[in-house]
Amino acid sequence: MHQFLVEPLFGRHLVAGGYDISFTNSALFMVLTLGALWLFMLGGMKRELVPGRWQAAVETFTGFISNMVHANIGPEGRKFTPYVFSLFMFILVANLMGMLPIGVVPGFHAFTITSHITVTGVLAIISFAIVLIVGFSRHGFHFFALFVPHGTPAIMVPLMFVIELLSFLVRPFSLGLRLFVAMTAGHILLKVLAGFVVNGLNAGPGIAAIVSLPSFILMIGITLLELLVCAIQAYVFALLTSLYLNDAVNLH
Amino acid sequence: MDAEAAKLLGAGLAAIGLGLSALGVGNVFGKFLEGALRNPSAADSQQGRLFIGFAAAELLGLLAFVIAMILLFVA
Repeated sequence: MHQFLVEPLFGRHLVAGGYDISFTNSALFMVLTLGALWLFMLGGMKRELVPGRWQAAVETFTGFISNMVHANIGPEGRKFTPYVFSLFMFILVANLMGMLPIGVVPGFHAFTITSHITVTGVLAIISFAIVLIVGFSRHGFHFFALFVPHGTPAIMVPLMFVIELLSFLVRPFSLGLRLFVAMTAGHILLKVLAGFVVNGLNAGPGIAAIVSLPSFILMIGITLLELLVCAIQAYVFALLTSLYLNDAVNLH
Repeated sequence: MDAEAAKLLGAGLAAIGLGLSALGVGNVFGKFLEGALRNPSAADSQQGRLFIGFAAAELLGLLAFVIAMILLFVA
């Protein structure tokens, strides 16, 4: 499907040292996401005593994330707030950017960077690496106590250790896969419904009335649902990251 | 059976997982609402747990989708 295709922006591949380093539409949307985020944050960081509308909007987001981190990690989680906040805002803005109706302009189409496992996988690996680094630097080899829950009978320890270790190692995969699949599946669903609308219209007015019209109404609903999913997935990613950080900081 | 036909059948069977995960997600939100209506003052503090349960149930449905896609386009 064309909307998931990563392609060079100006039609020419730029190859250096055996690697394709051309500026792709994926890179463009990452820069746009960063720019939008930067603009949004700069507008709200005037630190006025009585916040205006913009500052209130920014403070809603920062307050939301710092509450979440505090509730999940405790007072020691304060130093992870910037990371979780950046993660949440980047994923949220990237998801929403992918839903922009740029496709109505001929020759352009929006690109969802989070619909590629390379991007979400790297975000998940960064989260997982921070968990490992924090865990091992704070607790040393005592970090392995994470894999043996309190009160495990001695005979069950080897089994529990293997199970907990596996569930720990699967975390980065599930974290990256969830975001990637949720965004991809949503866009494919919209694409399929859009196909119904266009094919119904091409088949004549009778079929258009019974196929295209209901599909179009459904599409409006699904688009709203996708906007909700964008926010939920960003929230879930940030929430799970802070939960995993809690494991590393507090060891159960 | 033709290998191509078996792939398509497998992808179709994987769709059952989506329905089952729908049951799971519905169960998570339904039970949360049930509890939240009994004790509304405690509901807000449990929203994080609600979304953890939602994420876990949803992931299994998404995995079914991944299996269908792998069967259709990769295998």
